[in-house]
Amino acid sequence: MSKLALLGVLSSAVFSGASLLYATLGEIVSERSGIVNLGLEGVLLVSASTGFAVTSLTGNPYLGVLAAVIAGGLMNMILGYLVVNRKANQLASGLALMFFGFGLSALIGKGFVGAKIVGLPRLAVPGSSGLPKLYASLLRFDILIYLAVPVAIAIWWLLFRTRWGLGVRAVGESPDTAFASGRNPRLIRFQALWLGGALAGVGGAHLSIAYAMNWTEYMTAGLGFIAIALVIFSKWHPLYAIAGALLFSGAVAFQLLLQSSGIQVSPFLLSTIPYVLTLVVLMAWGSRRRMAAPAGLGQVYEGVE
Amino acid sequence: MGNTPGRRGAAAFWASLAQISIRYGGVFLLGFGLFGLILLISGSNPIDSYRDIFVSTLGSRYGLSEVLVAMTPLLLTALAVALPSRIGLINVGGEGQMYMGACLATWAALTFGGLPGWFLLPIMVLLGMIGGAAWAAVPGVLRARGIVSETISTLLLNPVAPMIVAFFVFGYWHSPMDTNKTPIFSASARLPTLFGTRISLGLILGLALLAVFWFVMRSTRWGLEMRGLGWNHQAGRLNGIPNRKYVIVVMCLGGAIAGLAGMVLVSGYYGVLLANFSRGIGFMGFLVSWLANGSPIGIVVTSFVVAIILTGGNLLQLTRDLPYSVINILLAMTLFVVLARPSFTRKKAES
Repeated sequence: MSKLALLGVLSSAVFSGASLLYATLGEIVSERSGIVNLGLEGVLLVSASTGFAVTSLTGNPYLGVLAAVIAGGLMNMILGYLVVNRKANQLASGLALMFFGFGLSALIGKGFVGAKIVGLPRLAVPGSSGLPKLYASLLRFDILIYLAVPVAIAIWWLLFRTRWGLGVRAVGESPDTAFASGRNPRLIRFQALWLGGALAGVGGAHLSIAYAMNWTEYMTAGLGFIAIALVIFSKWHPLYAIAGALLFSGAVAFQLLLQSSGIQVSPFLLSTIPYVLTLVVLMAWGSRRRMAAPAGLGQVYEGVE
Repeated sequence: MGNTPGRRGAAAFWASLAQISIRYGGVFLLGFGLFGLILLISGSNPIDSYRDIFVSTLGSRYGLSEVLVAMTPLLLTALAVALPSRIGLINVGGEGQMYMGACLATWAALTFGGLPGWFLLPIMVLLGMIGGAAWAAVPGVLRARGIVSETISTLLLNPVAPMIVAFFVFGYWHSPMDTNKTPIFSASARLPTLFGTRISLGLILGLALLAVFWFVMRSTRWGLEMRGLGWNHQAGRLNGIPNRKYVIVVMCLGGAIAGLAGMVLVSGYYGVLLANFSRGIGFMGFLVSWLANGSPIGIVVTSFVVAIILTGGNLLQLTRDLPYSVINILLAMTLFVVLARPSFTRKKAES
């Protein structure tokens, strides 16, 4: 097994891990405010297709990312209207949003299948210039990858060190208590959903504009559900989410490594690792684990009439 | 508590059927209107598209039969959600349970393909149900012991099942020609079809199971105990209803029904096991059951309407040059409209 192949494997793991981390962070923010978004897969798809379409039309990948961010936020606003204003069931609303995303992304991306775009520019990792050219070419990442971990830290800071974050967490634990202490649970949930959608939008944009550099229907292939699993795995905590995303990327890298070194392990069985591991962790932690989940998760805020 | 069977029951049945039809009619119209708007924006003529959808589905004997074909798995995956929901369990794992059912049933079809149908099909049905039940048993036990909520565990197990199916299909079962599907099942491993159409025996199975579900919930001790647990777990337990046992058994039964849906799909519809044969039918079952508030009649009506939408999508793809998934927008639009009116389910739940 050559060092070059090893580097290639790690590089692709980093790419898929970055999209996942953004999506996970987005889901953490909305779940911290008490809203489960099962439609994350659909949000990712719509932002991936919108971002790709805008990049293809304008030739500017940054505009594409911006469009994807807005698309992600708007998708979450649909969910917000249903579950916050109309007090609809969160699981059903999320699944409906997922199907909406399947359809809408196919419609948006229809004219752009096979289109060529200029993706986000890739910048060399500092210090890699001394390496041979082949190696260095694998160590070039786009800006969103460099930003992924700082963004996770920023989200942690936002949730745990600011007044707004305290409000989000309070609403997620008990909207009535938050209301009694002068917060506006509905507004805060909308804000959290918008931020969550925007982050998912970055994840979707990274997938289509920076990583794959094309659009295919259903290109997320379950990434949204992995993110939802990772939210639980990371205890609704942005910093643990970094570890969760690393674990997943590690599993991907591991599976590619095994394949390239000729060991026959089915990639499909290796892909189950993140899910099974999350379930095992939940079982090991038992009911204590529940203490980590926002207590108001899935609850409808009835308000005072 | 005494439900008087007989005439009052029948009258209430028709009244509720009429009520459901009228309410849903209005809602679906609004959903269709919203989708028409999207079609218009994307440059298709919505009126023509709708004419296509309805003429192709309700306008002919063949179209109607195709709707019933699409409805078959939905009936089962919806029941797989409705049954556990009666005791307050949320089964979001229909998708995975369906894949496992299809997986085990396919194993029997490929291994014992030479056996006669009257012997092989019951084995496949049984294995399909065992596959689904096994996949639901883990969440059931974890919930009964208070370790992990069944919502989370069923959700986590969903994506695992298709990967297991892919493992077997790509690794061992694939036909010499294709890598992503098995060889075509032998004739004895195919569910018989009815009236010279593609409607399989699965439709009858689904309707029969819904009738059994309705009868059990209404007129048996089990139904009474389950309703009791659904209303109030604590009170049910204090009245001596075996809470844990019900949670595990009902969860497994729900999984078994979803597994049956998988078996019906591979044996009655495809005749092969495709690595990713379902993209969301399990989730759609959740939505159907939720829209119908778990009522058997509601499930039949709702899955019929959803089946019209899904079947119409095929034609939209052919004649309007739109991707098939676009039909999901119409489905979602109608769902959004229903979801935005929570009075729908809430009133029914209270009555």
